[in-house]
Amino acid sequence: MVAPKLIRTTAEWEHDMQGPSDFELSRRKMLLGTAASVAFGAAPWSADAQTPAIPVQTATAPGISMSKVSFNVNGRMRELALDTRTTLLDALREHLHLTGSKKGCDHGQCGACTVIVGGRRINSCLTLAVMHEGDSITTIEGLGTPDNLHPMQAAFVKHDGYQCGYCTPGQICSAVAVLDEVKAGIPSHVSADLNAPPQLTNAELRERMSGNICRCGAYSNIAEAISEVAGRPA
Amino acid sequence: MKFETAATTNPIDQLKVIGKPLSRIDGPLKTTGMAPYAYERHDVVSNPAYGYVVGSAIAKGRIASIDLGKAKAAPGVLAIITAENAGKLGKGDRNTAKLLGGPEIEHYHQAIALVVADSFEQARAGAELVHVDYVKAEGAFDLEAVKDTGKPRAPFGGPADTAVGDFDRAFAAAPVRLDATYTTPDQAHAMMEPHASIAAWNGDKLTLWTSNQMIAWGVGDVAKTLDIPKENVRLVSSFVGGGFGGKLFLRSDALLAALGARVVGRPVKVALQRPLMFNNTTHRPATIQRIRIGASRDGKITAIGHEEWSGNLPDGRAEGAVSQTRLLYAGANRMTATRLAALDLAEGNAMRAPGEASGMMALEIAIDEMAEKLGLDPIEFRILNDTQIDPERPTRPFSQRQLTECFRTGAERFGWSKRDPRPGRVRDGRWMIGIGTAAAFRNNLVVKSAARVRLDRSGIVTVETDMTDIGTGSYTIIAQTAAEMMGVPLEKVVVRLGDSTFPVSSGSGGQFGGNSSTAGVYAACVKLREAVAQKLGFNSAEAEFADGEVRAGNRRVPLAEAAADAGLTAEDGVEFGDLDKKYQQSTFGAHFVEVGVDAATAEIRVRRMLAVCAAGRILNPKTARSQVIGAMTMGVGAALMEELVVDKRKGFFVNHDLAAYEVPVHADIPRQEMFFLDETDPMSSPMKAKGVAELGICGVASAVANAVYNATGVRVRDYPITLDKLLEQMPDVG
Amino acid sequence: MKSFTYERARSPAEAAATAARTEGARFIAGGTNLLDLMKLEIETPAHLIDVNGLSLDKIESTPEGGLRIGALVRNTDLAADPRVRRDYGVLSRALVAGASGQLRNKATTAGNLLQRTRCPYFYDTNQPCNKRRPGSGCAAIGGFSRQHAVVGASEACIATHPSDMAVAMRVLDATVETVRPDGPARTIPIADFHHLPGNTPDVETALSPGELITAVTLPKPVGGAHIYRKVRDRASYAFALVSVAAIVQRDGTGRVALGGVAHKPWRIESAETQLPRGARAVTAQLLSGAKPTRENAFKLPLVERTLGAVLAEAKG
Repeated sequence: MVAPKLIRTTAEWEHDMQGPSDFELSRRKMLLGTAASVAFGAAPWSADAQTPAIPVQTATAPGISMSKVSFNVNGRMRELALDTRTTLLDALREHLHLTGSKKGCDHGQCGACTVIVGGRRINSCLTLAVMHEGDSITTIEGLGTPDNLHPMQAAFVKHDGYQCGYCTPGQICSAVAVLDEVKAGIPSHVSADLNAPPQLTNAELRERMSGNICRCGAYSNIAEAISEVAGRPA
Repeated sequence: MKFETAATTNPIDQLKVIGKPLSRIDGPLKTTGMAPYAYERHDVVSNPAYGYVVGSAIAKGRIASIDLGKAKAAPGVLAIITAENAGKLGKGDRNTAKLLGGPEIEHYHQAIALVVADSFEQARAGAELVHVDYVKAEGAFDLEAVKDTGKPRAPFGGPADTAVGDFDRAFAAAPVRLDATYTTPDQAHAMMEPHASIAAWNGDKLTLWTSNQMIAWGVGDVAKTLDIPKENVRLVSSFVGGGFGGKLFLRSDALLAALGARVVGRPVKVALQRPLMFNNTTHRPATIQRIRIGASRDGKITAIGHEEWSGNLPDGRAEGAVSQTRLLYAGANRMTATRLAALDLAEGNAMRAPGEASGMMALEIAIDEMAEKLGLDPIEFRILNDTQIDPERPTRPFSQRQLTECFRTGAERFGWSKRDPRPGRVRDGRWMIGIGTAAAFRNNLVVKSAARVRLDRSGIVTVETDMTDIGTGSYTIIAQTAAEMMGVPLEKVVVRLGDSTFPVSSGSGGQFGGNSSTAGVYAACVKLREAVAQKLGFNSAEAEFADGEVRAGNRRVPLAEAAADAGLTAEDGVEFGDLDKKYQQSTFGAHFVEVGVDAATAEIRVRRMLAVCAAGRILNPKTARSQVIGAMTMGVGAALMEELVVDKRKGFFVNHDLAAYEVPVHADIPRQEMFFLDETDPMSSPMKAKGVAELGICGVASAVANAVYNATGVRVRDYPITLDKLLEQMPDVG
Repeated sequence: MKSFTYERARSPAEAAATAARTEGARFIAGGTNLLDLMKLEIETPAHLIDVNGLSLDKIESTPEGGLRIGALVRNTDLAADPRVRRDYGVLSRALVAGASGQLRNKATTAGNLLQRTRCPYFYDTNQPCNKRRPGSGCAAIGGFSRQHAVVGASEACIATHPSDMAVAMRVLDATVETVRPDGPARTIPIADFHHLPGNTPDVETALSPGELITAVTLPKPVGGAHIYRKVRDRASYAFALVSVAAIVQRDGTGRVALGGVAHKPWRIESAETQLPRGARAVTAQLLSGAKPTRENAFKLPLVERTLGAVLAEAKG
């Protein structure tokens, strides 16, 4: 039998290119320069065009407990007056319009809402906004922008570490924090020796990322992306 | 454009852009959080109110009374929608149960009210104050108990029953026989983005920003349910956070948002609460499958029979788990049967590879068992019974069928020859090691699909079609198609998707979207090429489109010149003739899995996975590979953990959140290898491509099951294969 | 989620006093379990006292040679503490076997002890549950009970305690330090901290109203091999079907506690005398009187097999 010809898929192609190719970079530049290749803009629904830039909920209906909170989001101080029930996730998404952090389950069971607070990743759905007075919060929007991607974001694009994209911001925030956790020597369930500094093996990486569910199943590609940023093969 | 004869050479065959493993063009948006999903459209909707859904607390019966008093009086509550006050509602053509229940209750967590309030927090609190009194009715919740009341029901794409030759006699006469029953549980799509919508009315016109795979179906069913003209409904799904079949249809989030917005006179946004989704929406229904195979001693199948029992709400569909058995292996005497019984659980419906995914979970264990009985290598047994024609209708050849090549290639790359066929022989420390294989098989469907293409004076080509990108890479392969056809670099293409104001596409489902929608874009581009050629005075048959120019002979003109100030627009679509009747169009693959089973606890962990697929032209090997490895991941879930557990007393899926319904996490999935055979299928479309997203899940679970058997000698025929099913037969701990 | 007022506590004593005099008050620390349950109105506090600012986040050596772990020490920090890794490995292992990295960054030592069950009927407010609504019945009995208790359960409740950390604390003989609203501090041995369900499955711990956990103290290290083995279907981010926390000395003696089998971390000291005789003998005593359901009967052989593997590992 003649061996059938195989098609080159991501990994081989990318490995041949030895890192991000010029093609990739120039295409990215083009994408965000003159012509955005994905267009989603639609005519705004315009019955009410008076939303303030930083909406502060002003409802003062009886029976609602409001509280003021101020914290730093992606380098900018934000002050909000919130229903005390507002989670950090909903404060970001509904009040600050930072919708990169996703609501997948609202119960700490999926990781799509992962943000970095004070250098540590947390589920923003399981914490109240008012509990973050004075905190420094980094969301996916604070890591990089389409025309200036964070290395982890660029690696996810290169390795196709996503499909539908909904878990992606959480995966990326988590991945950035995971590299710091390993550097800080925090052990994991699969660390063989509790008393030795953890190494970023494939098993370590997968265990540490397990709080971020990807139903599309991009795990293998995500591991490749993180490994590349960490500077070792997956 | 009619596609009625085999494709010949066309501009796609240049493969300058098509066939390249390009990164997704929507990647920078998705990785920076800038891609807006349905619930996030602050850019187009301001000052929305929030809706929170109340689900039925019983599975079957009726609402005796609803007390809305406390909820209405709660802070911020603006309105409460119930069946009682919603006005007359129809039912979408593709919905089985009503999306707003009451007074009749058809299933647990069927939506019975939407509480609309100024804020999400207020709506959620208000929903808890809705007090409902029910009258419960007896229901049927146990498939095993009601299976024999099942009636024949045709699944997608075939009759309920088929018969060729004399199965009973041939099976009875076969010297080697297998007769085994397998079960697959109810499974949840569990896509990461919950069903979510924002509805806004402008007069009698409704816009829904929603998360839907099939825009035109959605428009039709919204219009029908609300009894308004289709023209008054606009659906927009720019980004869809996963669907897997769960977002093929109009669901309660969209309907209730529309009803709520109409009442409160401002936009309303609704996302289904995760704990509600599992019983409120659709799921892959459980099956019981009996497979009988008879073979000669040299391994030729002489009789093959596959019977399926599944359950659904009255008028629901059958799962169709026998579909692949009609086509996958040769054998002169054959039978299949599909029986559907009535169950009062939530609606069963399509989930990634409906029919084949469940059917292959059983069939490919049966084949492994049969190979063992015959003393044959399971790959050799499959190859021995390969067929290049439809075994039920021998005049129909397969358009392409490289199943054998997939197995041979995969076996070599995986190291299959090192497998010890005797179970329980390989150890690695605490782990018992086994490897297993299974075929992948999924039919290729083709669906009419249209697009509009516009060229502007700066040379930008804009494609508009209501096709959706649910993670499949539609944005990218459509851009590649337009770039290839118009001879422009990818950067010169803008793709706009998922809007019902655009031409109707195939939509995303049944792994038909990639091939069909790009074929529609191809058709529109053919028309645009003709318009360009005519405008610039070229003979369109001779004109070559390359490097942003139109060329013929010595003449070269920049493409943009044809656009002039007004631009040039062309719209067309592809309609498929009967090539899919004359030829059996299917996609093929081979899965290879290595598992470790903990010798003490029987925990199963997948150590290696490899797949080889043949699925026509691969339009973008990077995104196509991702589809397959993602499907492999979902297949691991199906094999080892996914099960919606039915409380048969109360009639609902008990484990209705993402903690209790376990899907694979990073730690469950090793580095996956995946290869495509270089193939084109001129019978499928001008793209010569086929579907791949569902092929990838078909057979994975069996490969895992067969590997577990190879590791331990324990044959589990009831999914998921959890440690409790192995424990009794595991060796003693030393 | 019901509306609540919110305040940041300034001292443990003041927090406890406020909690005692305020109707419907609850403490909130990490919030990872409480907020989850508040969203479903399984918990409905009218007032939240945020204790995060109380500086209870230190891990200090005790004069007895043990460790005093502040109530607010995050699971991540406790697992990573070099003294815990070196001397109380079973605790470090149990912590990193639980939840996810994100949750461990938030979840606190005290909060982990106070986690409520993951019984799906407890989580579904349409269903009867004696723990959630005393007297309403138990839907898990006769229902889906694969995860549920096999020992120490009652006619009223067959839920399990979901914590991994608490199982390790039990095997380490930890004590829980609290401050009560009327002022005095007290210590509660971990063995007495969690209750069996009996007829009052809603009463889960020995804490009295308003009582605030301030620390958990570990006695001086006992050496030995520290092993925490968690068995689950999914490889990570899943609750235990069964878990075994063990400290095994060179001579084969030691201690064992189980997770995933009862309403509290399960340890019977007298069973530990059987350790030198092996897993079967220990399990027979540990699980004597077990009343599994058809769906969770597998936990009995699973405990024995897992313990067998743990003892084999301890031998090296």
